[in-house]
Amino acid sequence: MSAVVNDHEHDHEHHDHKPSGIKRWLYTTNHKDIGTMYLVFALVMFFIGGAMAMVIRAELFQPGMQFVEPNFFNQMTTVHGLIMVFGAVMPAFTGLANWMIPMMIGAPDMALPRMNNWSFWILPFAFLILLMSLFMPGGGPSFGWTFYAPLSTTYSGDSTALFVFSVHIMGISSIMGAINVIVTIFNLRAPGMTWMKMPLFVWTWLITAFLLIMVMPVLAGVVTMVLTDKYFGTSFFDAVGGGDPVLFQHIFWFFGHPEVYIMILPAFGIVSAIVPTFARKPLFGYASMVYATSSIALLSFLVWAHHMFTTGMPVAGALFFMYCTMLIAVPTGVKVFNWVATMWRGAMTFEVPMMFALAFIVLFTIGGFSGLMLAITPADFQYHDTYFVVAHFHYVLVTGAVFSIIAAVYYWLPKWTGHMYDETLGQWHFWCSLISVNLLFFPMHFVGLAGMPRRIPDYALQFADFNAFISIGGFLFGASQLIFVWVLVKCARGGEKATAQVWEGAEGLEWQVASPAPYHTFDTPPVIK
Amino acid sequence: MALKHKPLTFKLAVTALAMFGFGFALVPLYDVFCDLTGLNGKTAATAATAEAAQIDLSRQVVIEFIARPNKQMPWLFKPEVTRMTVHPGEIHIMNYLAENPTSRMIIGQAVPSVSPGQAALYFHKIECFCFTQQQLAGGKNMLMPLQFYVDPALPSQFSTITLSYTLYDVTSAWTGDSAEPSQLGE
Repeated sequence: MSAVVNDHEHDHEHHDHKPSGIKRWLYTTNHKDIGTMYLVFALVMFFIGGAMAMVIRAELFQPGMQFVEPNFFNQMTTVHGLIMVFGAVMPAFTGLANWMIPMMIGAPDMALPRMNNWSFWILPFAFLILLMSLFMPGGGPSFGWTFYAPLSTTYSGDSTALFVFSVHIMGISSIMGAINVIVTIFNLRAPGMTWMKMPLFVWTWLITAFLLIMVMPVLAGVVTMVLTDKYFGTSFFDAVGGGDPVLFQHIFWFFGHPEVYIMILPAFGIVSAIVPTFARKPLFGYASMVYATSSIALLSFLVWAHHMFTTGMPVAGALFFMYCTMLIAVPTGVKVFNWVATMWRGAMTFEVPMMFALAFIVLFTIGGFSGLMLAITPADFQYHDTYFVVAHFHYVLVTGAVFSIIAAVYYWLPKWTGHMYDETLGQWHFWCSLISVNLLFFPMHFVGLAGMPRRIPDYALQFADFNAFISIGGFLFGASQLIFVWVLVKCARGGEKATAQVWEGAEGLEWQVASPAPYHTFDTPPVIK
Repeated sequence: MALKHKPLTFKLAVTALAMFGFGFALVPLYDVFCDLTGLNGKTAATAATAEAAQIDLSRQVVIEFIARPNKQMPWLFKPEVTRMTVHPGEIHIMNYLAENPTSRMIIGQAVPSVSPGQAALYFHKIECFCFTQQQLAGGKNMLMPLQFYVDPALPSQFSTITLSYTLYDVTSAWTGDSAEPSQLGE
C-alpha cells in the first residue's frame, strides 16, 4: 500500500511533478527532498561550526592572548560543540536516514511525511536562535556544550534562555525524526523484507532512533531545570535550596553517553554497507553485527558516570562504571574484526568511499583505544579535562562519525545526482583530510598527557610547538573540506552518467532503482527473495 | 496519517513524554539514593536521637571543621576549633561563631557536606544550627551550637571526617520582598 496520496490526478503519468521554486522545499513531504535539505543544512552547519574551530585554533596558535577575549573564546568552544553535535552530525545522519531507509526497505516514503517536513523546518530556527545569541550584549552561551551547573545557572549570561529554547527545538526535531524512522521501519518494509534481511544501515538507525526517544527527552528535562533554576527560583542544582550540582552531571550524562552512540551507530551501518561493496564479499557476520549494535545500545545506559570519576564516588561505583565501560570494547571489537574479516581475501578496490571507510576503521579504533584509557578510573584523574579527552572524542567524532558521513555521501552521491563524482578530486579530498586531521588531533594526545587543560584560551610555554602544529593541521583540515564542496557542486551540476548499479559489488534495493533515483520510488513494493 | 501508523506513533510519543518525566523523576530518585548510601556527603536534615551508642574507646576518629560563607553572604563564619579527636559513640558539642558586620538583619542557612561522602551516613547530629534558618541583626554576633556523635559502626577505613558548612544568605527568599530570587546579590 502507498502512504503517499498523490493529489495531482491530472498528471498521474508525471511522477516528478512538484511545486517549483522555494515552495517545493517549504511544502515538500518527499523523503528525498527532506533528506537533501537535512544534508545541505548539516554541511552549512559543519562550516559554521568549523569556522568557530578556526577561531579557537588561531587563538591557540601561540601562547598568550592574540585575537579574542577569553569570554569570546569560551563562546566559541561552547557553540562549536553544540553546532557540530546537534547541527552537523545528527542532521547529517537524519538526512541519510531520510534518503536511504525508504529505498533500502522498499517503502514509497517515510511513514509520517508531514511530520518529516515539520521536524526539518524547525531546525534552522533552533540554530538561528543559538547563533543570534552570540550577538547579544554579554555574548552567547560560554559554559561549554555540557552546560554544567552552576556555570549555566548561577554564572551564565542573559542569553541562557535562548540556548535552552534552541536545545528544546533541536530535541523536538530529533524526537520527531526518530519516531518517523521507527514507524517507517516497523510498518513499511516491503513484503519479504524480514528483520534479519534489513541492511545494517537500517538496523543501526532503528536502534539509534530508540536511543533518541529514550534520551532526548531527558536532555529537554535537564535544560528545563537549568532554565527554572536560573530564572524561576527553583533549586534543582543549587545547594542553598537543597539541590546538588552533581545531580546535573548525572542527568546530563544519562543523556550524554547514549548521545555519543547516537552519533556513531549509524556510522557503523554506513561502513558495514561500504566495506562489502568494495571488498566484493558479503559482510563476514551479519547477525553478530546486529547483536553487537544492540548490546552497545543497552550498555550505553550503564556507563554515564565514567564522565564523572573526579566528582568522587565510592570504589564500588567507580569499579562498576569502569568495568561496564570496558565491556563496550567487546561488541565494538566484534564490529572492527567483522569489517577486517570482510576485507580478508576480498577483491578490493579503493574508490573514495572505501578510502574514507578504511580510514574510519583505523582512526575510530584509535579513538576507541584512548576511550579505554580514559575508562581506567585512576588514570582518568590524570586525563580528565585535558587535551587527551579532546583528542579522544575528536578521533571518534571527526575521523569516526564525520568520515563515515563523508564516505556515505561519496557512496550514494551517484544515486542521488545521477552523475559520478570526480574521482581524482575525491582522492585529493581524502588524502588532504587524512593527513591534516592526524596533524590536527594526534599531537593533542601528547599535550593532554602532559597536562594541557581543555577550554582555556592560553597555555604554558612548553606546549607552544605542539599547538602550532595542531593549529596548522586545523587550518589545513578546514581548507580540505572546501575540496569536498567543490566535488559536491561539480557532481550536482553534471558529470559522467551513473548506472543504476553504480558500484560493481553493491547489493541492496537502492541499487535497483535508476540513477538519479526517481522522485517517487517503490510505489508498488518490490519483491524480496 | 495512514491509520495503520497511529498506534505505534502514539506509543512512541508516549514513551518520549514518559522519558521527559523520567528526567525529573531522577531528582527525587537521586536524593533517595544518596540518603540510603550517603554518596553525595549530605548528612541527615533532621536531628538524630541522643540514645548514646556504645562508646568505642579502642579507636579514635579525627573530625575536621570547615566553615565558609557563600560569596554573597557578608557574615563572618568560623568554627571554634578546626580539629577534634573523638571516640566513636561519644557525644560532643562544639560551636560555630557567626557575626553580622552589616547594619541590616540577615537570615542565613548553613548547608552541610561531609567528606568522604560515604562517611556521612555515620555522622549523626543531635542538634545543629543547620536544621533551621538563623537570624542575626546587624552588628551582632552569636554562637551556633552543633551536637554530634560518630557512629561506632563507621567502617575502619575512615580515620578522618571533614565536615564543611557553606552559609548562604536567604534573607530575600525569606521575606519574599524579591520577586525573582535569581537577582540575589545584584
